[in-house]
Amino acid sequence: MSTDEILSFDEAMEKYDPVLGFEVHVELNTKTKMFSSAPNVFGDEPNTNVNEVDLGMPGVLPVVNKTAVESSIKIGLALNCKIAESCRFARKNYFYPDTPKNFQTSQYDEPIAYDGYLDIELEDGTVFRVEIERAHMEEDAGKLTHMGGATGRIHGADFSLVDYNRAGVPLVEIVTKPIEGAGSRAPELAKAYVAAIREIVKNLGVSDARMERGNVRCDANVSLRPHGRERFGIRSETKNVNSLRAVEHAVRYEIQRHAAVLDSGNPVVQETRHWHEDTRTTTSGRPKSDADDYRYFPEPDLVPVVASREWVEELRATLPEPPAERRKRLKADWGYSDLEFRDVVNAGVLDEIEETIAAGASASVARKWWMGEIVGRAKAADVDPGQLGVSPATVVELSRMVEAGKINNKMASQVLDGVLAGEGTPEEIVEKRGLAVVSDDGPLLEAIDAALAAQPDVADRIRGGKVQAIGAIVGAVMKATRGQADAVRVRELILEKLGVTV
Amino acid sequence: MTEQNISADTLIRLSAAQLAEKLRAGEVTAVEATQAYLDRIAAVDGKVNAFLHINAEEALAVAAEVDAIRAAGGAEAEALHFLAGVPIAVKDLIVTIGQPTTAGSKILEGWHSPYDATVVERLRAAKMPILGKTNLDEFAMGSSTEHSAYGPTRNPWDLDRIPGGSGGGSAAAVAAFEAPLALGTDTGGSIRQPGAVTGTVGVKPTYGSVSRYGAIAMASSLDQIGPVTRTVLDSALLHQVIGGHDPRDSTSLPDPLADLVAAAKTGSVEGLRIGIIKELHGEGYQAGVENRFNDALALLKDAGAEIVEVSCPNFQYALGAYYLIMPSEASSNLAKFDGVRYGLRVLPEEGPMTIERVMGATRAAGFGDEVKRRIILGTYALSAGYYDAYYGSAQKVRTLVQRDFEAAFAQADVLISPTAPTTAFPLGEKLDDPLAMYLNDVATIPANLAGVPGLSLPGGLADEDGLPVGIQLLAPAREDARLYRVGAVLESLLEAKWGGPLLAQAPDLAAESLETQEAK
Repeated sequence: MSTDEILSFDEAMEKYDPVLGFEVHVELNTKTKMFSSAPNVFGDEPNTNVNEVDLGMPGVLPVVNKTAVESSIKIGLALNCKIAESCRFARKNYFYPDTPKNFQTSQYDEPIAYDGYLDIELEDGTVFRVEIERAHMEEDAGKLTHMGGATGRIHGADFSLVDYNRAGVPLVEIVTKPIEGAGSRAPELAKAYVAAIREIVKNLGVSDARMERGNVRCDANVSLRPHGRERFGIRSETKNVNSLRAVEHAVRYEIQRHAAVLDSGNPVVQETRHWHEDTRTTTSGRPKSDADDYRYFPEPDLVPVVASREWVEELRATLPEPPAERRKRLKADWGYSDLEFRDVVNAGVLDEIEETIAAGASASVARKWWMGEIVGRAKAADVDPGQLGVSPATVVELSRMVEAGKINNKMASQVLDGVLAGEGTPEEIVEKRGLAVVSDDGPLLEAIDAALAAQPDVADRIRGGKVQAIGAIVGAVMKATRGQADAVRVRELILEKLGVTV
Repeated sequence: MTEQNISADTLIRLSAAQLAEKLRAGEVTAVEATQAYLDRIAAVDGKVNAFLHINAEEALAVAAEVDAIRAAGGAEAEALHFLAGVPIAVKDLIVTIGQPTTAGSKILEGWHSPYDATVVERLRAAKMPILGKTNLDEFAMGSSTEHSAYGPTRNPWDLDRIPGGSGGGSAAAVAAFEAPLALGTDTGGSIRQPGAVTGTVGVKPTYGSVSRYGAIAMASSLDQIGPVTRTVLDSALLHQVIGGHDPRDSTSLPDPLADLVAAAKTGSVEGLRIGIIKELHGEGYQAGVENRFNDALALLKDAGAEIVEVSCPNFQYALGAYYLIMPSEASSNLAKFDGVRYGLRVLPEEGPMTIERVMGATRAAGFGDEVKRRIILGTYALSAGYYDAYYGSAQKVRTLVQRDFEAAFAQADVLISPTAPTTAFPLGEKLDDPLAMYLNDVATIPANLAGVPGLSLPGGLADEDGLPVGIQLLAPAREDARLYRVGAVLESLLEAKWGGPLLAQAPDLAAESLETQEAK
């Protein structure tokens, strides 16, 4: 593997202006495949979720999955696209063993969705509009595993295994127009764009949107041009960059690599690049030119997909609130500061807090519980906070017990541990562990008498008006009751006993 | 078994409708009928080579099942399809569980489909015994069945002549009384032209009338499965079994089939306007073909039809357009035959063992010359820089041909022409001249380009060579019923003139076979 020369990012930015473009493939979570009734399931035994259509047996015909079309229209609408009234599939012809028919059924010059845009909010709040060229439907290929080689790539492998379970899984490919003007924020924008697409398709419920499973896959196009020049430079296309961080790093790396090539006076080679997560570099793939001849022609086995305006409007009416708008609304509703809200978003507990508030907690209490108690435990357990096993109802129950003075915050934290340990409901745990705040004044009064007797000087100071000295007595009472007393009530009783009013 | 009071020779010469009646009446059993056909195949197919596979065991089992149901009587017997127990042969382009499917190609030699074509499912549902799979030009590419990788089929009228193609096997099987019914596929005339040159009836239904699911695709936008029979009524009966919507074929029409059998029994063409297509007869057509065509017109006119002449000026470009669209689609449809998942796999004799080279070696060894010719032609026509000039222009011609039909059908209810320009030509005559071979389909191709239905029926024998001539009827899309109506009337008028079916005049292959055996 040859190592390419790179320029520092800052130097690259001084000299050149990056232009980006993305092709994001989204695997839809339909029950069946794009053109067959075989199940669309990830992770099963190889070549079990296939039927004669997926294997390209002689005589088979495709039938379009209506749910996949619906999902595609929803994605198009969420990306502010126009939806084609009628569009056709086409055959993209090429011989490769992961494609059972030796052509991929895709859309070519008639995408179902086109001319859209997506507003991307960068970390500092800047909004950057990315124009969407098109979103089209197609089928995924099978998965090849190259055996015997050192790299896991086909080069140097002894043989390859093919799993057709993925062959025919519905895909929507979202293609941007060239993205200009991002400047040094290009890597950040790249990451934010893919994150936004992932969030949108997840929010629409049309994809599982798990990048580690390949549900969302990004091909990143990068080219550079000297500042002030209009014409685009020659681009490279880094394939299958499959995590958000990798998207950011790959774009940054390619900018640095292109800059070095251009600086040396050589032209950039138009090619695909492979991303290597370990070294955070790309290596040359295959040459790619705009003249790649796939001999596209309209798929004669399918009739055009007709999306009536009524149908499109019906689907539009079912769309959930866009994630960006929802965030704006929730932040205002909850009254969180910018920092608080960003932390909540980054911790991934937006849904949980919303549900907790809906279940009866106040916005500040919900945030305190999720951010203060649950997120940390989730991190320790290495799971998403939502997957930890704490329901919004549990949070509400705990917070109500605290507000009612039944337990204090320290105990509540113990109760939460009990819930996570599967000991039962908060109420059952309080009962079992004997954690209830001591609210019978009898034992408290005894403890207060004892504390006052032990520290008569303090008692005198309180009587003399120095109420702030009460802490020492309260502390002694709390100690005597092993923290089970309600400190507020203890304070009241002490003042009552000493005849002090405040 | 019942007391056999019908000779096997009589039995195999019955039409499917007649056989079905006798099965119903208990005059003959399905096993007897099926066995009679299997015996006939054993006797004559060595000469005809219509069958690539004979499915005797299963066919007899289905026949026995029908007989048992009928013998038991009751609701199940009542529910039997009219054609239950009537045997059928299936073109080997249509996939079947339990029998090999080769498409006439080495590349699928020994391959067994894991699924049944929709039409085969429907035959099974009707409990029609499947006698076997019939020969064809490789992947249905040809007009003579000489392009089969398994040897040519011969014309029962003259064993030195071609039986037409690509469905020469199905047509010859029906003409040689090896089957009462057969299924064919028609992309540019592969049902109708073999029907014409073997003196049988063949129908290409409206595109979408019969599901293509399980028919190995040559050109998806042109292919259509249809009946191959000895009478027009039999075609209507079979069309009714296999036709109708299939959710597995997106191009299948949603509307229910018309009552085609009733149409075949209408018995009148009174007042119908029948249009002669100016461009599809005359110059380039054999004199004997032209004569029989004129006879047919005269009979129809006498029967009360109004004969009009229509012009379809764009038909002159149809053949050219067809030979761009068909190979383009075929080049893509046949890409799947690569030795990776099924069928033949040939390893390169030397050099590195890469997937590209295995695919290449497999396709080089597995495909015949005509298939390669069309794949190369289609690949070229779809290539960047040529697409607009070739595939694009051809699609425009296709639209013009459709418009010609629309205009013609504004003036006529049904159109009429000879099915093929000539009678059966000798084997080998056009094998080295693809263009001459392609010209055989000049009259049948326009219907495929426009998706309209066409029927070919025997029009008599040509004066100069005594070989069958086909008359083609064409109707607007979804008006297949008109073909059966006019076809049945013309058939009855012609048979009245001949004093019986045309096939009664065909040479007796079995007798010949005895003679040859005795001579040896």
